[in-house]
Amino acid sequence: MPIDKDKIKHTAKLARISLDEDKIENLSKDLSNIFNFIEKLSKINTDKVSPLTSILNYSLRTREDKVTDGGIRDKILENSPNKNEEFFIVPKVIE
Amino acid sequence: MSEDKSKFLINGTQGKWEVVIGLEVHAQVSSKSKLFSGSSTTFGADPNTQVSLVDSAFPGMLPVINKYCVEQAVKTGLGINARINSHSIFDRKNYFYADLPQGYQISQFKNPIVGEGEIMLDLKTGTKKIGIERLHLEQDAGKSIHDLDPNNTFVDLNRSGIALMEIVSKPDLRSPEEVNAYVKKLRSIMRYLGTCDGNMQEGSLRADVNVSVRKEGDKKLGTRCEIKNVNSIKFMQMAIEYEAKRQVELIESGESIAQETRLFDTKKNETRSMRSKEDAHDYRYFPDPDLLPLNLDEGLIEKIKKNLPELPDQKKDRFIKDYSLSPYEANVLVSEKEVSDFFEEVIKTADKKLATNWIIGDLFASLNEKNIPISDSPIKAKEMASLVNSISSGLISGRAAKEVFEVMKDAGGDPIKIIEKKGLKQKSDPKELEALIDKILEENKEKVSQYKSGKDKLFGFFVGQTMKVSGGTANPQLVNNILKNKLK
Amino acid sequence: MSDITNKSLTEIVDLVKKKEVKSEEVTNAYIDNVEKGKKLNSFITESFDNALTKSKIFDAKPNYESLLPGIPLAVKDLFCTNGVRTTAGSKMLENFIPTYESTITSKLWAEGAFLLGKLNCDEYAMGSSNETSFFGNVINPVKENTVPGGSSGGSASALAADLTPATIGTDTGGSIRQPASFTGTVGLKPTYGLCSRWGIVAFASSLDQAGPMTKTVSDCALMLEAISGFDPKDSTSIDRKKENYSKEITKNIKGLKIGIPKEYRVDGMPNEIEELWEKGKKILKGEGAEIIDISLPHTEYALPTYYIVAPAEASSNLARYDGVKYGFRSSKGSNLIEMYENTRSEGFGDEVKRRILIGTYVLSSGYYDAYYIKAQKVRQLIKNDFDNAFTKVDAILTPSTPTAAFKIGEKKDDPISMYLNDIFTVPANLAGIPAMSVPVGHDKNNLPLGLQLIGKPLGEQTLLNLAFSMESKSNFKKNITKWWEK
Repeated sequence: MPIDKDKIKHTAKLARISLDEDKIENLSKDLSNIFNFIEKLSKINTDKVSPLTSILNYSLRTREDKVTDGGIRDKILENSPNKNEEFFIVPKVIE
Repeated sequence: MSEDKSKFLINGTQGKWEVVIGLEVHAQVSSKSKLFSGSSTTFGADPNTQVSLVDSAFPGMLPVINKYCVEQAVKTGLGINARINSHSIFDRKNYFYADLPQGYQISQFKNPIVGEGEIMLDLKTGTKKIGIERLHLEQDAGKSIHDLDPNNTFVDLNRSGIALMEIVSKPDLRSPEEVNAYVKKLRSIMRYLGTCDGNMQEGSLRADVNVSVRKEGDKKLGTRCEIKNVNSIKFMQMAIEYEAKRQVELIESGESIAQETRLFDTKKNETRSMRSKEDAHDYRYFPDPDLLPLNLDEGLIEKIKKNLPELPDQKKDRFIKDYSLSPYEANVLVSEKEVSDFFEEVIKTADKKLATNWIIGDLFASLNEKNIPISDSPIKAKEMASLVNSISSGLISGRAAKEVFEVMKDAGGDPIKIIEKKGLKQKSDPKELEALIDKILEENKEKVSQYKSGKDKLFGFFVGQTMKVSGGTANPQLVNNILKNKLK
Repeated sequence: MSDITNKSLTEIVDLVKKKEVKSEEVTNAYIDNVEKGKKLNSFITESFDNALTKSKIFDAKPNYESLLPGIPLAVKDLFCTNGVRTTAGSKMLENFIPTYESTITSKLWAEGAFLLGKLNCDEYAMGSSNETSFFGNVINPVKENTVPGGSSGGSASALAADLTPATIGTDTGGSIRQPASFTGTVGLKPTYGLCSRWGIVAFASSLDQAGPMTKTVSDCALMLEAISGFDPKDSTSIDRKKENYSKEITKNIKGLKIGIPKEYRVDGMPNEIEELWEKGKKILKGEGAEIIDISLPHTEYALPTYYIVAPAEASSNLARYDGVKYGFRSSKGSNLIEMYENTRSEGFGDEVKRRILIGTYVLSSGYYDAYYIKAQKVRQLIKNDFDNAFTKVDAILTPSTPTAAFKIGEKKDDPISMYLNDIFTVPANLAGIPAMSVPVGHDKNNLPLGLQLIGKPLGEQTLLNLAFSMESKSNFKKNITKWWEK
């Protein structure tokens, strides 16, 4: 199934990845091939099957409502490329 | 364009328009820690001091769900008469924003923890049932601060990951008045249950408002717009009025409504489009593979049901039945659990009717003026009861009570002590009053004869004089009787 | 001590416990090898100072009760190590220094081991040849110019070249077993949920599992014992009593039923692979096991299913790499969206971007049902196949890989050809069941080949026993000359 350039551009926007025009041609080829490969699944009848919801047959485990974390601002901000003592800093969104 | 007041309708140039409203209320769960992490949830902390590695989405971090949050969602579901889904799933809602560190929000999409329910509203026109579509648990996002720097946005993740219950109503609301009643009722129920403190100033409760219009009588729903993140009832009402008019105007001028997300500008009092990217909202929901399905034990649901406190509607019915209150009075007294608790404490020892009037009348007026909740009232329940009793017992007159109240409303205190200090004890000894009155009649012989010859109005003068001389403490009933006797 | 680095982990632990060798000596020997082995490019970060310090601390006050006393270990650079750079093989995390330690590595250190360094891998664990790493290719020590497999290519290479006595990798579609097969080492992917995922850079959450990569099966049991166990910080972690794999391991496999799935015989499979499979069957039969033909009818759909589910989860797991909280941030971009787009475009390599795009696409509106839901349904069918098979057999024997290690660059431009490497390994990840690769022979070019044993959920002991038996009878001789030291 061909994945055309417009679909790729749209998907890249959703994924917040910018693509160079010259790369899109190759990507289109690659992705089309991959999707051809994946298309195999359409051959199989899954009408009576439920999708797998979890590999494990257990139920979600819960924890107590206690404050056991936080208060580590320095650690949290330490690795950020742009920050001050209190906040993460990012470029503005254009509204 | 005007509004028909009996039913909320917009009068357009081409006829009358009905407004159809649905609300998605986001209520912060009253937990100590977050939904999927152990960070604190208290309001007003320094930026990024209530953030863990999980909250800020560091590589390899994983969510673990807070049991208390699950229980509060079940409780709230029971409080709105909803079906509890013993099997529910958490999904990822994928989008990018600076205050969303994971690049997705953990929410519930196709299988929420609570299904359909309902809330009864008490409106001026009678009761109305509002359907609830569902309730689900989800993470709150952090906060983006745009005005600290011209070129940059500052991000605080304290709120990121706090548990929210999203309560989605059916599009059954038809007016700003109904929206007011709905939000208040929902808030009241959650406060009764203790599942959310409903504090709108602190952001514990906010709503996305969906508005569409249609010609009066039409069954089909019009295209709706969503007004996001409105954090006060007043703004919700203003937003609805503006948006409904905007939509009617558009349709009547031949244009169609674009289904979009809008913001309510609180300075201009109008809604405007969020100039967002076209494909902004393909959230690509899928079940979160870091979490297993949530299966609730039937036993757990039963246990929660058994331990539910009395809810506003039940309490209202009980107040009407047991205390012979009118529906209006009952409504007012159950609107807040603290008020109903206060009332029931007072009437343990005081007259119900009097207590009702004093609480709904004078006390509420004072609290409203000071803008404080009843829990901050300088007058405590025992003292209120004491005041009411001093009237029922005849210790003081109603008028004197008002004077005592004036002191108590600011400074609290024991009414008996105030009465003594101010010498407000009602004079009810007939002999004493007779003597007093005799003196007044003696000193006003001319007026007495004028009264006796027909000037009925002078009765009030004698009453007034008696009151003046007695410092307002003469028992009005007795004074009336004695005067009537003496002036025959 | 004459070349201690030649020995197995179990042998070294034994020598340490017998006080015949000190931790510092062991550590120095490995540091020496690593320094001589730079051509292999298997290390991204070396922690020599830390390792030597820890070895001296151990020697000063040794604790011989632990499983890995005084043992230096290098680990795949996907495990977050406190204070030590963790890159996931990516530019995005080139300078990321975690302030926390993954549960798995914490367990290793609690058993007396300490960090020797971080091992190269395909970027974000996406690859089958360790050719997608930002830090360059890894070379297979078996033969210059060949790939070690991937994504745990650095781990397999370092292990086979004696640069670490043992190691751990992660396996999402075969990333432990395939490189194990390519380098002639042992690799095990545990049952999903047996080992904690907390602190491991996530690729595909419902498929990822950490696992041991070792020289021998006994070593594998020892490492598994150290790293397995319940972790309350991971909601997908299984809560059960720990097993003593190394104490319970035995060569006695009499009466065990081994399934041979006909669907694993693929078109064009080289004769050597077929012969290897026969060899494996013969060995197990000779040791008392029963060989039974079985069918896993949906096998051919496993790879397409994997290439929908894994990218879908990855596209969401990698959304957090946005330049805001940590990692690389592009200097280009005047607003938030531009910053995101440039950061992710510059920070991620081509294969990662390809998979993010695939994943985003299959989850997107209009395609979700046709792709993602469909894939999850087929996944259920694949799991059912195994559940069914395990009512008849105790384990399943298959080849690990369709070929031996290929040349560097040979498959780089053909994604599908690269993906086909995982054809035998992917089904076990989809079904969440344990599987391991054991080296059993060589191909005509003297490149190692492995056989895969697949087990029931939580059936690791059975797998280890079968592998132990096979290893003892296979006569597999490691034939690596240290060509890189010249």
